[in-house]
Amino acid sequence: MTMLNRTGLLAAAACFFALALPASAQTLRYANQGNLTSLDPYTLKESTTIAHHAHIYEGLVARDKDLKIVPALAESWETLDPRHWRFHLRKGVKFHNGDPFTADDVIFSAERVRSKGSNFLSNVPPDAKFVKVDDHTVDVMLDTPNPILTSQWDSWFIMGKKWCEENNSAAPTPASATTPSYASLHENGTGPFIIDVHQPGVKTVFKANPTWWGKPEHNLKEIVFTPIGSAATRVAALLSGEVDVIEPVPIQDIDRVNSSGSATVLTGPELRTIFLGMDQNRDELLYSNVKGKNPFKDTRVREAFYKAVDVELIKTRVMRGLSTPSALMIAPQLFALSKDFTRAKPDAAAAKKLLADAGYPDGFEVTMDCPNDRYVNDAAICQAVVGMLARIGVKVDLLAQPKAQYFAKVLKPGGFKTSFFMLGWTPSSGDSHNVLHDIMGCGNDPADATRGEANLGGYCNKELDALADKVLIETDTAKRDQMIKQAFEIGIKDYAYIPLHQQALAWGVSKKVKLTQRADNQVMLYWATKQE
Amino acid sequence: MTEMLAPDGLDPATPRAGWAARALDSDVFYAFRRSPLAIGAAIVTLAFFAVAIFAPLLAVQNPFDPAQLELLNSRIPPLWSADGQAPFLLGSDEQGRDVLSAILYGLRISLLVGVLGVGLAAAIGIVLGLVAGYFGGVIDTVIMRIADVQLTFPAILIALMIDGVVKSALSNRLDERTMLAVLVLSIGLSFWVQYARTVRGSVMVERTKDYVAAAQLIGLPSWTIMRRHVLPNAMGPVLVIATINLALAILTEATLSFLGSGMPETMPSLGTLIRIGNNYLFSGEWWVIAFPGLALATLILAINLLGDWLRDALNPKLR
Amino acid sequence: MLAFTLRRVLQAIGVMIVVGALSFTMFRFAGDPISQIVSQDASSAERAEIRKSLGLDDPVLVQFGRYFINAARFDFGMSYRFREPVAKLLLERMPATLELATCATVLAMTLGILLGVYTALRRNSFLATLLSAVSLIGISLPTFLIGILLIYLFAVVLGWLPSYGRGDTVRLGWWTTGLLTTSGLKSLIMPSITLGLFQMTLIMRLVRAEMLEVLRTDYIRFARARGLTTRAIHFGHALKNTLVPVITVAGLQFGSVIAFAIITETVFQWPGMGLLFVQAVQNVDIPIMAAYLLVVSLIFVTINLIVDILYTLVDPRLHAGAARRT
Repeated sequence: MTMLNRTGLLAAAACFFALALPASAQTLRYANQGNLTSLDPYTLKESTTIAHHAHIYEGLVARDKDLKIVPALAESWETLDPRHWRFHLRKGVKFHNGDPFTADDVIFSAERVRSKGSNFLSNVPPDAKFVKVDDHTVDVMLDTPNPILTSQWDSWFIMGKKWCEENNSAAPTPASATTPSYASLHENGTGPFIIDVHQPGVKTVFKANPTWWGKPEHNLKEIVFTPIGSAATRVAALLSGEVDVIEPVPIQDIDRVNSSGSATVLTGPELRTIFLGMDQNRDELLYSNVKGKNPFKDTRVREAFYKAVDVELIKTRVMRGLSTPSALMIAPQLFALSKDFTRAKPDAAAAKKLLADAGYPDGFEVTMDCPNDRYVNDAAICQAVVGMLARIGVKVDLLAQPKAQYFAKVLKPGGFKTSFFMLGWTPSSGDSHNVLHDIMGCGNDPADATRGEANLGGYCNKELDALADKVLIETDTAKRDQMIKQAFEIGIKDYAYIPLHQQALAWGVSKKVKLTQRADNQVMLYWATKQE
Repeated sequence: MTEMLAPDGLDPATPRAGWAARALDSDVFYAFRRSPLAIGAAIVTLAFFAVAIFAPLLAVQNPFDPAQLELLNSRIPPLWSADGQAPFLLGSDEQGRDVLSAILYGLRISLLVGVLGVGLAAAIGIVLGLVAGYFGGVIDTVIMRIADVQLTFPAILIALMIDGVVKSALSNRLDERTMLAVLVLSIGLSFWVQYARTVRGSVMVERTKDYVAAAQLIGLPSWTIMRRHVLPNAMGPVLVIATINLALAILTEATLSFLGSGMPETMPSLGTLIRIGNNYLFSGEWWVIAFPGLALATLILAINLLGDWLRDALNPKLR
Repeated sequence: MLAFTLRRVLQAIGVMIVVGALSFTMFRFAGDPISQIVSQDASSAERAEIRKSLGLDDPVLVQFGRYFINAARFDFGMSYRFREPVAKLLLERMPATLELATCATVLAMTLGILLGVYTALRRNSFLATLLSAVSLIGISLPTFLIGILLIYLFAVVLGWLPSYGRGDTVRLGWWTTGLLTTSGLKSLIMPSITLGLFQMTLIMRLVRAEMLEVLRTDYIRFARARGLTTRAIHFGHALKNTLVPVITVAGLQFGSVIAFAIITETVFQWPGMGLLFVQAVQNVDIPIMAAYLLVVSLIFVTINLIVDILYTLVDPRLHAGAARRT
């Protein structure tokens, strides 16, 4: 009891001292809803993790504030012919432990990223052969031309050969590692920050790298990262000034943050497209009262669903204006001809008629699968959709679950166990081919096992597949864009999916901090400056 | 945590007021009439039950029917504020759900889960307690060891686990009704130990009494003896535990909801409404959380006060 | 005595085995860990490979056997998500939870006893009735709501206390403590109140009930008859007799406090075992979930065992005699 009293006194006294002290300059505190777990940059392909790694590791290329590919560890590159690329490496770069960066490290990293256990296998094509020309020149030979070779190299980080081999980490730490790996708990990159303290799930401290090759745009001496899962607590920490940057801010709290006087919310469109999909593959739906047939096999039913959903209403009411309704399955920033597409207006009467024509004048029942902790207001959007479909007579049972259970059920390993679902997708290559191949491509392709990998509804149109294959190897941008456009048109005509919108990014930033927001939602604090 | 709420004065070994009929005899009823707090608590509790039962008659919409929710009516503040709009007396939430209707219907779910859960717990506990106390020996040991294992985990963890297991087993078809049943099951299975212990204690005490021996001598079947003579003596404490557990069960449902295992948002209980409202604490839409929170707190407070009073009233030592 | 202790220890081990079996079985079916480990666009071949290397394809019995042998050696495997040994993670997080739980218990006992004594002695006064009623509010609102309201008031509006985390910690061997820094102590205040409120109400009610009973017993009447001061009777005799059950119950409740810390830790982002558990549930990190349950029940079983043994050591009859002599 006495101990407690003393505790109370000390705490009270501490309050006054804490208030009297000035805020520590140039230490930026950052809170995210997600964790930073492994430090091995080849273990987990997940955007928050990649963003953290980007502070300590670097790729041959990087993406700038507008997501354009720019030189990083490679100073420049050229294509000697469509199947032969040459990369000139930056000279004088050192890893954090002092080892010099050379061509050997690139070749080593190219091997490591494509070894068993890596989660980044698709970032570097399997047919690419890396050849050392001299210490600072590397050639890449390809079997087939690949115009988007470097598109995923910004998240393929270069590791030091010597360090990895000395620390028994020459192989990537697989996601399923059963022994701790050195590389997952320590880092040795070339990047602008060095990890000082790393307590997974609790806190990670990044210190500025004094010997970084570039000219820092930030004025930070350290970044203290804390994961804060509870949204209310995260917002409270920003409002009370305990953290400088949070991601994400729940959209309903944006006004509160903006009116606080101490922080603002940076918003902008995100690249992720949120859409609805329907099982059009099974002969009978798993979760519906329609037996013996699958209503979604009828294009009219899919069209009816499309027309019943009012994305503008979802935008104004559920997303509070912070979404960009989308006609396409890809964000406009990622496809030049996006502006040629417009989304058809919602029309409940027409939808009802389409349903009647298809033989369901009184609608039918179906279960909808929806995550409730993955996308912005995901469960609320699904609820709104349920209401809209109720108006055309379709009774939807909503099953909104945490992402762990949701993905386990609806993704390929779970056997695509869904009849009607919501999903979000950002093409990891930043390119339409990924969407046409993974989401809209036919499943069960004997020649290409990964086609339709995330095509939960089993939409299939061979014409679209053929176009997707041509898109992959076409090097002429204008021609390529036309092919992509054609493919997307097929998908729209078939009502393959119901695209909803691109959600908005919402970062809470203290007024003391200047920060650039990038549309892929990666918080890059090496562009942040903080005032005293 | 539930264990401690067991009134300490209710050691089964002490003589007590007895079974419900006797519990409501003049003594207790007299005490009731003299306690304004008890009368107030009883009125509030009854009012909540009545409002829950007649919710469909009182509510302006059925918040569980998506076709009745209109997104255009979302986020309307309470009627008395500048932007208020009829018929949304206490405002509406993001889905266009009338807050008052949601509270009325949510109350139904919360009370249903609470009453059924506690009923299930009491039923399991009483039966197991009777069996253990009466037969003794190996059966007693097994049942009480199971109770020990169960006590190893606090109710919330058990409920969380049962909920998780049933949900993953039924993941293919998890509608609102199933969720309700799962919640009742998790609460029932995590709260039974207290009843079993209390009843077992009473049974063991009564079993040695002369009248039981006499009844056995004249050939009355054991079950009849237990039911007619032993069980009634344990009903006082059981009633007290049940009352206090009802409050706890409703809170447990709310907490489960916060941890992601409660009622779905399409059929929200009072707890689910608070969990959803929790997200709007900073947004200025205070009515989404304030009213459900107030309703829940008032309900639980009333039940707890009633349980408190009942415990004191049934404890002869405190009279 | 030895035989009794041995029997209780064996029983405790039995309980632990059952708990282990339950926790394993339950979490074996709680979602697919694979989709948490790999990225959304990983191929099914990759997924199958990981599934195999985690041993998730083996028969359930084999998996349980492996799990159990390892658990007995305090090896709970690797966390799927953190890629660190679960035992290490739990050990790192344990000090935070234990400090929070202890602080909450101390707080609950101090206030609970004070309020309990007051409401018992002034049983019919207005203030006592009010305090009893108000204390009920502590168990009438969900813990998470109380936590959020505290954060809103003391961190956001008033700016007095930190809204999350443990503040600065000091390392003492493997133990990290927040008790030696001001920020650590400040961080402890709100979570302790949130977690301790429920216990406080319980203890207050228990003390009140016990006091009321003790005050009615014969020896208190004798003490009164002997002319002892009211103060001496209340605090020297009545309270002393009340404290034994109170401390026992508070001890037994410690396990519950640790379990309830799950909610408090989630609200305050307190880096303890409960937060680890909740994150593990979200990520279907089965090794952590199973190990957490084992650790919590181990703590609980141990406390139970100690209390049981202490009880046989302190014969209640001796106790009663001592009371009469005074």
